Amino acid sequence: MEWRDAGIVLGARQHGESSLIVTLLTSAHGRHAGLVKGGMSKAARGLYQPGNLLTVTWRARLEDQLGLYACELAEANAAALLSHPGRLGALTAACAVAEAALPERQSHPLLFDATVALLAALRDAPEPGYGAAYVEWEAVLLQDLGFGLDLSACAVTGSTDDLAWVSPKTGRAVSTEGAGPWREKLLALPAFLLGAEEGPEPDATAIAQGLRLTGWFLDRHALAAQDRRLPPARVRFAQRWTEHIPPS
Amino acid sequence: MAGPEIERLMHILARLPGLGPRSARRAALHLIKRRETALDPLLAALGEVQAKVRVCSTCGSVDTQDPCAVCADVRRDPSVLCVVEDVDDLWALERTNAFPGRYHVLGGVLSALDGVGPQDLNLGRLATRAADPAVKEVILALSATVDGQTTAHYIADHLKDCGVTVSGLAHGVPVGGELDYLDDGTLSQALRARRPV
Repeated sequence: MEWRDAGIVLGARQHGESSLIVTLLTSAHGRHAGLVKGGMSKAARGLYQPGNLLTVTWRARLEDQLGLYACELAEANAAALLSHPGRLGALTAACAVAEAALPERQSHPLLFDATVALLAALRDAPEPGYGAAYVEWEAVLLQDLGFGLDLSACAVTGSTDDLAWVSPKTGRAVSTEGAGPWREKLLALPAFLLGAEEGPEPDATAIAQGLRLTGWFLDRHALAAQDRRLPPARVRFAQRWTEHIPPS
Repeated sequence: MAGPEIERLMHILARLPGLGPRSARRAALHLIKRRETALDPLLAALGEVQAKVRVCSTCGSVDTQDPCAVCADVRRDPSVLCVVEDVDDLWALERTNAFPGRYHVLGGVLSALDGVGPQDLNLGRLATRAADPAVKEVILALSATVDGQTTAHYIADHLKDCGVTVSGLAHGVPVGGELDYLDDGTLSQALRARRPV
């Protein structure tokens, strides 16, 4: 068995003294682990940092085996983010969430493309736009896992205007009018998640709201089904944005 | 082939870093053949280490005394504290003879994959030490990896109210390094951290 693909490093664990078991999010083969012989060497160690985009060749005798990876660096994303606390936090949160939530060896091409876009945003987007890119990435992840948010129309009135809330039970949008007395129980929907081209740039408050929204569904649905909780890296990333919000 | 005691010795030696089954067999045979010059001194040294070595209650390093020799040395500069991931990093910095201050050993780094959180690191003691008015600077000498730098940023946030300068090690071209052989990440870091010559 052999295939060649593009893969984003989600994590790497030492195996023995000199090898690594590397988990990648690949374009056509989903979350896929493989053994890298000599991966702990000085020359190779930097290659397997989370977020790096690699060109990989996987070989195994049988399809079910762990197999061996041979990797080449395509984009050194980790090094570009090391000195930016917020962006590095987003990278570690994304890798930890993908590692925890995605099933192994199931193709997620949409999520792979979204992750490549997220990495580009983490490198290039201005503050605090990268935070919005992260929330949008989690929305794609939820959609890929079958827990997508339905933000097309209000679940109560059917209106497509003034959507400002999301039902924590159904994941459907609710308008200000439809929210009525249940507003306290709903999750705030930041405008940037509606994909409106016009409107204000997302601020820290909107990003914190977005993280609470996607975090709720990841925690209660995508991860709870596997008896897992939101990874600590994701919790710390959300805390960064919550601490930015001025007390109301 | 050999008695169970020798097999057990080989099995234990094979679990040490740098040794595999073959080298463990050679080491065991060496110890058995040179009982007086190799086995007895090794046993004595291991016994002494087991009896005397302890973790320093100040910095988290290991030594035969508590506080350790570095913490107890009055010639050390008390105004600079260097935070390292583990004892081997402390020993590496000590080998350079370039750092006159004191150390703090974290005992690991934050790791999403391995589930290492702030509560698993020696951070509470660090905050207490950094709050000491004698400490003016905390140097975060952590690995240039995603986990290492995530930990560095976390500690910098953690210490922001302590009134100390928090700095990190530079990342870039190593001494003797040729640009052609450096990886893209190191080169881009080195370019970003360029300085006037």
